[in-house]
Amino acid sequence: MAPSDNSGRTAVDAPDARGVRLHIVTGKGGTGKTTVAGALALALASGGKRVLLCEVEGRQGVASLFDVAPLPYEERRIAVGPDRGEVFALAVDAEAALLEYLDMFYRLGRAGRLLDRFGVVDFATTIAPGVRDVLLTGKVFEATRRVERGRPVYDAVVLDAPPTGRIGRFLNVNTEVVGVAKVGPIRKQASSIMQLLTSRQTRVHLVTSLEEMPVQEALDSVTELRRMGVPVGNVLVNLVREPELSADDLQLAASRSLDPAHIEAALKEAGVSADPDAIASLVEEGQQHAERVQLEVAQRQHLEEGGAPVVELPYLADGIDLGALYELADELCRSGRI
Amino acid sequence: MAPKARPAPRRKTQPTRGGHPRVGPLTGRLADVPALDIDALIGDRGVRIIVCCGSGGVGKTTTSAALGLRAAEQGRRVVVLTIDPARRLAQSMGLTELDNTPRPVPEVDPAAGGSLDAMMLDMKRTFDDVVEAHATPEKARQIFANPFYQALSSSFAGTQEYMAMEKLGQLHAEALGTGRWDLIVVDTPPSRSALDFLDAPERLSSFLDGRLIRILLAPAKGPARFLSASMAAVTNAVTKVVGGQVLRDVQTFVAAFDTLFGGFRARAEETYRILKDNQTAFVVVASPEADALREAAFFVERLGEEGMPLAGLVLNRVTTSAAPGISARAALAAAERLGDTEPVTAGLLRLHADRLSRTSREQTLCRRFATAHPEVPTATVPALASDVHDLESLRRVSAAMAA
Repeated sequence: MAPSDNSGRTAVDAPDARGVRLHIVTGKGGTGKTTVAGALALALASGGKRVLLCEVEGRQGVASLFDVAPLPYEERRIAVGPDRGEVFALAVDAEAALLEYLDMFYRLGRAGRLLDRFGVVDFATTIAPGVRDVLLTGKVFEATRRVERGRPVYDAVVLDAPPTGRIGRFLNVNTEVVGVAKVGPIRKQASSIMQLLTSRQTRVHLVTSLEEMPVQEALDSVTELRRMGVPVGNVLVNLVREPELSADDLQLAASRSLDPAHIEAALKEAGVSADPDAIASLVEEGQQHAERVQLEVAQRQHLEEGGAPVVELPYLADGIDLGALYELADELCRSGRI
Repeated sequence: MAPKARPAPRRKTQPTRGGHPRVGPLTGRLADVPALDIDALIGDRGVRIIVCCGSGGVGKTTTSAALGLRAAEQGRRVVVLTIDPARRLAQSMGLTELDNTPRPVPEVDPAAGGSLDAMMLDMKRTFDDVVEAHATPEKARQIFANPFYQALSSSFAGTQEYMAMEKLGQLHAEALGTGRWDLIVVDTPPSRSALDFLDAPERLSSFLDGRLIRILLAPAKGPARFLSASMAAVTNAVTKVVGGQVLRDVQTFVAAFDTLFGGFRARAEETYRILKDNQTAFVVVASPEADALREAAFFVERLGEEGMPLAGLVLNRVTTSAAPGISARAALAAAERLGDTEPVTAGLLRLHADRLSRTSREQTLCRRFATAHPEVPTATVPALASDVHDLESLRRVSAAMAA
């Protein structure tokens, strides 16, 4: 086991990604959190590595991303990475995790089934505060630590975690549970999970797009996670589009000062006949583009001031399929940040 | 004026693993999407509650605020209940603190005789208020001190949904009692799935009715020797896993809470009944992306199954393109030809082509949705260059929605 980084409440966001075994991916809804988690799993699998991609929200996002049948509560291989790497996936289900946990640690044969019948499983997984999160993170923890024949079963585990709005609470299993269980096995389990989460083996990555709300949520989460002592990895800016105009032309476009006569002449040269309406629309689209680019520049700067390293992933015009995932994975590999 | 959509007929569908019913069968025609007439919806005095629901990140809160603002400026007396709004959106409505109190939004045009109040839900405070209102002071103190209550009221994942329902019930009662409002617009919590909002109260109710509660109450209420052997096995197993202290905390919590349970359930059922009533209109919010539309489809089907009144779909952030007469292919070919010699025009052409291809992809997604759900009227809001900062930009959103 690597030395734990549990000495203080301020985690070191070590620039060195080696030794990181658990990658937790969060972000505001709509920023492509699951897509990026999938791409990250593929990227980590390159070089013949074996990676487990976990989801915990029961929405089967991984299955639809990789275009496979809905995932059971069982680790299944869903893709191969470059150089014979493998990506496995697991949809963690709190109830199944609880029954598995009971069976593993307590051998509760008949009583385990009784618990289910009397609604204890339901209680523990839906009502008892914090317990659900301990079970979900606990399974991910178990997979991260699992060893067979003297070596870890997975080289890395990627967790497609709940969105930024809930990530602090989700990961802060310790504080959640301590209010309820001061001693006992659940408490112990929560402590060992927290130890992993605050160690050098863990990184939380924030997915965002270059828009105000997602950027603000990502920055708020960076602050929150650091306060919890959970190491922050990269801010992964998704859906980045390159400006189609030079900086000078963007200035002109923003103030609608592009010369329509010039554009008309150029269009004619290219064999496109366009009436004044069409040209006015092109100029307007240019203006909106310039406005968006300005906003993106401001957001990018905002992110850089946030202090976490930023990696950008391109917007892929043709949408997301398995091929697109490999493309994003390649970008991640080339960033040298994972 | 578009008529209000009737709820879809009840149908039994095999739920998939995720618990969602499957979409379909397709009707086999490309429907002309009926328009959702926003002004008719907010102008209908019979509609007293509008619930905005949809998956996370689709602009639910903005839609709620925009609907509320427009209704107010058309003469309705409106209160908007927001859940966890983005900071700047909250500021645009003059909301600076999460204090659970509806406050007037400044600078709303009162010419039509309407008004707009807004509030942010404080989940814990709402829960505390309920306990205080329905328990004796001594019992309330016991409940507040219990660690289970503290955790349940501040962090249980379903509590936010449940408290949103509770707050909606309170606002509705106040509106009826005082006449302060004639329209309540509700934003729904950013839950795992859009359906959680409908399920959370039911989940809590069924838990409160459950056998476990009765087992847990038994030792607190009567001699332990009445416990059957299997109950004892359960208690032992629970003790083994979570420790005895937890069990005792749960028992005292449940015992203290017991008298409140009935009221909780009755109010949840009452709110559920109001939601099914014709004075309520559900607006499903989505963006033109596959995931958001899938969630929207689940919600539409679920509302149909529950017999809940669906007004229609609001599609946010729709890509629009004007430049008539230049196809994406022609634009790209021309941009190629111009290359570096005319970078400005080439750039504009590439932008145009990109917009057209996004427009066409979005239209395909929307057409699929409409084909599966031809009865759902739709309003679209074009993508805006920047987020909503002030009332004026909110007004623009609402105007676009109603256009």
